[in-house]
Amino acid sequence: MTAAQLMLLVSSALVALGVYGMLTRRNAIGLLLAAELILNAAALNFVLFSRLFSHAHAQAFALFIIALAACEAVLGLAIVLSLFRTAKTVWADKVELLKG
Amino acid sequence: MLIATILLSALIIVGAVWVVALQNLFRAALSLGVVLLGIAGLFLVLEAEFLAFVQILVYVGAILTLVVFAIMLTAKLHLPGAAPISRKRLPAALASGALFALLASMSVTWTQASNPPEPAVALETLGQQLVTTLVLPFEVISLVLVASLVGAVAIAAQPSSSAR
Repeated sequence: MTAAQLMLLVSSALVALGVYGMLTRRNAIGLLLAAELILNAAALNFVLFSRLFSHAHAQAFALFIIALAACEAVLGLAIVLSLFRTAKTVWADKVELLKG
Repeated sequence: MLIATILLSALIIVGAVWVVALQNLFRAALSLGVVLLGIAGLFLVLEAEFLAFVQILVYVGAILTLVVFAIMLTAKLHLPGAAPISRKRLPAALASGALFALLASMSVTWTQASNPPEPAVALETLGQQLVTTLVLPFEVISLVLVASLVGAVAIAAQPSSSAR
């Protein structure tokens, strides 16, 4: 097995573990952590193929992924804080404010 | 290169399992730090030094600090019974296992075209591409960043300060 295949396997495992965390976590911050795992798997694949094909665009898009992950973390944590203030919970399945 | 990749991969997988499996959310966030540092190490192996340092600076330095702050502000970790009861684990494990099997089968069968190894992407090339060909996505990302910062302040601001 080459190093490239090993890295592809690692990013597959990261996506699968992120999906598992998304499905099992009840805490909204835990969901954010799982989303970070999936984003990192995508960035790892971008950088790997950028190295293999010597292409700068893929590295630039890995950079964009990191910036978008920062946006996602900031907004997600702001929502969690405001949720904690209004609904007094961070359990994602206890939030039913929008149910009629 | 293969040895470093194997060691870093083991570190990343163990950390990622901790991220999704640990009941204590604070420890899960700290093991996310382990995963992020491992991925930065893989970036170094792939000769993407700039991205490795951006990863450490932005992810470990900023995002992880933010997450730890949010956990300390919301989760009552010191209370007994604060550890959440997870939702159904077996169906989730089956679904993600099937996803991993699908992706892994494609990863294992993938082979590199047998051309000579290409040179690594130079940082100058990346910078030049960012301000010439990719200048539109670059500017859009900066706009999204500003919008998300303003939105975060608007969402998380105290209700009393917004009523004034």
